[in-house]
Amino acid sequence: MSDPRVIKKYPNRRLYDTVESRYITLADVRRLVVEKIDFVVVDKKNNADITRSILLQVIAEQEHLPEPMLTQDFMVDVIKTLDIKYLPANPASSYRGIHESLINYGKNTMPEFLTCMHEESSVAMCHGYFKATGKPLMTLVHGVVGLQHATMSVYNAWCDRVPVIILGGNDMDAAHRAPGVPTFHSAQDINAIVRDYTKWDDTPVSAQHFAESFVRMYKIATTPPYGPVMMSLDGGLQTDPVRDFGQPLYIPKFFAAAPPQGDLAAVKEAAKLLANAERPVIVVDRAARTQNGVDLLVQLAELLQAPVVDQGNRMNFPNTHYLNRPANVISQADVIIGMELSDYWGTVNGFLDNGNNGFGQNTSKIKPGTKLISISSVDLLTKSNYQDFQQFQSVDISMPGDAEATLPSLIEAVKSAVGNDRKDAIAKRGDGIRQAHAKGLVATKEAAAIAWDAQPISTARLLMETYAQIKDENWSLVSTAGNTSNWANRLWPMEKYYQWLGASGGYGVGYGAPASVGAALGNRDLGRFSVSIQSDGDLMYAPGVLWTAARHKIPLLAVMHNNRGYHQEVMHIQRMSNFRNRVANIGNDLAPIGTSIMNPDIQYHELAKSMGWWAKGPITDPADLGPAIKEAVAVVKTGQPALVNVVTQPR
Amino acid sequence: MRFSSSRSSRSMKLRLAALTVAAAASFAAANIAVAADADKGKIAFTKNGCWQCHGFEGQGSEATSNGRVIARTQLPLDAFKAFVRTTNGAMPPFRPAVLSDDDLDNIYAYLQSRPRPKAASDIPLLNNTRTQ
Repeated sequence: MSDPRVIKKYPNRRLYDTVESRYITLADVRRLVVEKIDFVVVDKKNNADITRSILLQVIAEQEHLPEPMLTQDFMVDVIKTLDIKYLPANPASSYRGIHESLINYGKNTMPEFLTCMHEESSVAMCHGYFKATGKPLMTLVHGVVGLQHATMSVYNAWCDRVPVIILGGNDMDAAHRAPGVPTFHSAQDINAIVRDYTKWDDTPVSAQHFAESFVRMYKIATTPPYGPVMMSLDGGLQTDPVRDFGQPLYIPKFFAAAPPQGDLAAVKEAAKLLANAERPVIVVDRAARTQNGVDLLVQLAELLQAPVVDQGNRMNFPNTHYLNRPANVISQADVIIGMELSDYWGTVNGFLDNGNNGFGQNTSKIKPGTKLISISSVDLLTKSNYQDFQQFQSVDISMPGDAEATLPSLIEAVKSAVGNDRKDAIAKRGDGIRQAHAKGLVATKEAAAIAWDAQPISTARLLMETYAQIKDENWSLVSTAGNTSNWANRLWPMEKYYQWLGASGGYGVGYGAPASVGAALGNRDLGRFSVSIQSDGDLMYAPGVLWTAARHKIPLLAVMHNNRGYHQEVMHIQRMSNFRNRVANIGNDLAPIGTSIMNPDIQYHELAKSMGWWAKGPITDPADLGPAIKEAVAVVKTGQPALVNVVTQPR
Repeated sequence: MRFSSSRSSRSMKLRLAALTVAAAASFAAANIAVAADADKGKIAFTKNGCWQCHGFEGQGSEATSNGRVIARTQLPLDAFKAFVRTTNGAMPPFRPAVLSDDDLDNIYAYLQSRPRPKAASDIPLLNNTRTQ
């Protein structure tokens, strides 16, 4: 633990903060108390410790304030107890009260306000930041219209199991609020629009109620399964003096909750099945929440010499490890354990979309009789309306609980369950998998070599030219919006949790750009180099986040996968046309009408430059790609964002 | 390369021409014939949306064609055409009302005209990555 901060009291009665190197007031001392900064006050004359008497002065001054403390200032005190570093937000009148307090009373630190140009960007920045750092951010939104803008990002955070603290301004007093615009922007219950995809919401009616609810919402959001939470902040509450209930206000202390674990008896039963299986397979999606989760999965997999299929909504398992195998290994499995799968049914079943009205065929991907085990914290958090719970899958052993928290007991149970007679067979199984892994890598590289010199530039070339320029950095691939055939996960060596941050969760397009900026913000403070593969359609949902990155000096290398279309839709309309035996009408473009982003081609590099980015493009010749990315990397290393606009193959 | 036993003289001509070009570009007449067909094939490949899932070079993609490479396909022309006409899987069928036989022949020629890929071992960027 570091030494306490020394505050010196000089003979002229002024206080001097030796860390901040400035004179401070009793209000500043109070701030140190609120921020839980350990300090001592020393009398400069005789070096006596006078901390106690100074604290008494702080209390006395507090009690004799001429005006009652403002509720919003108290709210800022509450917020500051939770170590929330940033607050990306688009400004709005409905939260002007707390906005003013945060930047003036709160001195715009912990949290620091970051100016956003769209609420969808604000929430997605919080989303990306959490996955890079493991720390939640908060955002403020305009009650009705701002929250309406934010909803897609909230849904993404919900589906991706990421905590985001959202506060929305709302003026509920219909008799006193301003008519016209502020009344258009008010509602009885602003939270209703996100209630189906937030873990909890509240509308506090007093300062103390706010304190309890804010700490509660933070705790709920950060207890696995994580998720976004919502609070409506009444305009009156933000501007009123604190109401006197005859009791002093207090801020409940936050203690992190222990994550829920799988039932121990079920863990033992699962371990027995795994230990005695001939071909066990581990399938993981959001199983690892931290690097420790990755390390535990390696332990479990090695213990069983079982292949691991990483579905990739997080970096769960190193792709350099020989037990990392593609999804098709489940076809031979006799036991499958799925951990935090977002779609268990879709893992073990196939759906062939070959009808012309959206009907298709279901097929099983596994052998009859394969035993299925599940550990999933999301089983504890199912809501009704939105269908993110996916198609129902029967499993033999189901453990509602957090995978990472359950892994230590599962590992111990497997160790106990593996009999000596099984050890040779298990080791032999590993040898076979090692060979398959090596063969798979050769085949992957051969696939990457095809169309290597093509124009438009192949996605394999795009990813490998990028990797060549960043491989010596402490890199973090913050997002791959669009679809680049998974080349990064197939060929970039990924071993650390932060090297791959997964995807949007809800597949709402528009996540990539803002989530990348949010993750890059977190990585900036942790000394990492952030790189994103940025698709064209995704960027255009809310490109103003480019300005936010430049304004707040967030270094990020964005390499564009510019395939000039909403490509998923390009293919859907083509397929519909073919199934109906009709020629797809492509108008003057390359793809069915309504799906292209061309004529005119968007000059993304010019767009980025206009918002303060270094940018280059359009790159059409693969020979120009490496040098352009190299230049961009140099810029990013000076602390600025840089974008390279690359015209690519579709996928 | 395997050949099916039943094939039209036109497809034979195309295939032989493609092979000739691949093997030795000195046959000027064959070269011109194939270049014309392959060029038309490129236009048809683009206009009819084949590139959407298979890439402009027929290189395939993990997400859309399950990695299937159709550039320089080993499938004989007849089998290739039969598949395109009748597929009812993730790939939709392209029936004659949508894509003519001539276009399909030309597309085949275009795919056969794609350059042989470099060996992965000859591409430094593919050897400067994960090794395990």
